[in-house]
Amino acid sequence: MITAEKVAFFVFAIPLVLTAAGVLWARSPVYAAMNLVAAFFFLAGIYVLLSAHLIAFMQILVYAGAVMVLFLFVIMLLSLGEARIGTEPKKAMQYLGVLGAVALASVLVSAIARVSDGGMRTVENTFGTVKAVGNVLFTEFLLPFEATSLLLLVAIVGAVVVAKERI
Amino acid sequence: MVPVSWFLYLAAILFTIGLTGVLIKRNALIVMMSVELMLNAANLTFLAFARQAGTVSGHAIAFFVIAVAAAEAAVGLAIVIAIYRTRGSVNVDEVRALRE
Repeated sequence: MITAEKVAFFVFAIPLVLTAAGVLWARSPVYAAMNLVAAFFFLAGIYVLLSAHLIAFMQILVYAGAVMVLFLFVIMLLSLGEARIGTEPKKAMQYLGVLGAVALASVLVSAIARVSDGGMRTVENTFGTVKAVGNVLFTEFLLPFEATSLLLLVAIVGAVVVAKERI
Repeated sequence: MVPVSWFLYLAAILFTIGLTGVLIKRNALIVMMSVELMLNAANLTFLAFARQAGTVSGHAIAFFVIAVAAAEAAVGLAIVIAIYRTRGSVNVDEVRALRE
């Protein structure tokens, strides 16, 4: 039976797969980055379908915003031309890599086929909102949450140390 | 209601695309973008199962995955810049000083 929700799923899922594949097909890193931004937006739509409102918002804010700006800045900084990508001949290992990826896909599909498709549980309206996720985050996951702040601090300092020629 | 297996198949497709990119692409930037795709596929799986089980714990994990991905992007891109500065290229095949 076709419901509006299923139609919405395909409205987001089909462009998501196309743009994700576009990351690999793109001729230059800038096109790949643009495809990735689009993929993140469509994935945020999928998250909303799963009523993960906060995570969908963070997906756009952190991924499509912060991380992709970082990528574009590095592409700009390195000034990589279009000639730098995909011109060298493919090696045998790369074809083997495709084979390995296909093998992994078949394993995943056979594993998913065994998942009991018991259907979604009905959840209350507050599921996935800032309040609900924050409640879990600041009680059950308080220590990992604080560790995350430490991780981000270390990552920032590490990025500066690695990227800067002279400190 | 969309069955949970649809979301899982979608995540599997995304993960396979990301893995293919990591294995066949030689530009370090594209490889990192593919890693982001794989992390997103894992996130989608977490959220699909969280929705099926009706708990928000999966959302907390997805939150941490996003934070780790941001840290990974910052450090990884810094390394890419450092490699480009010393070697003038971002081809991952040329970075093999530890292997020789």
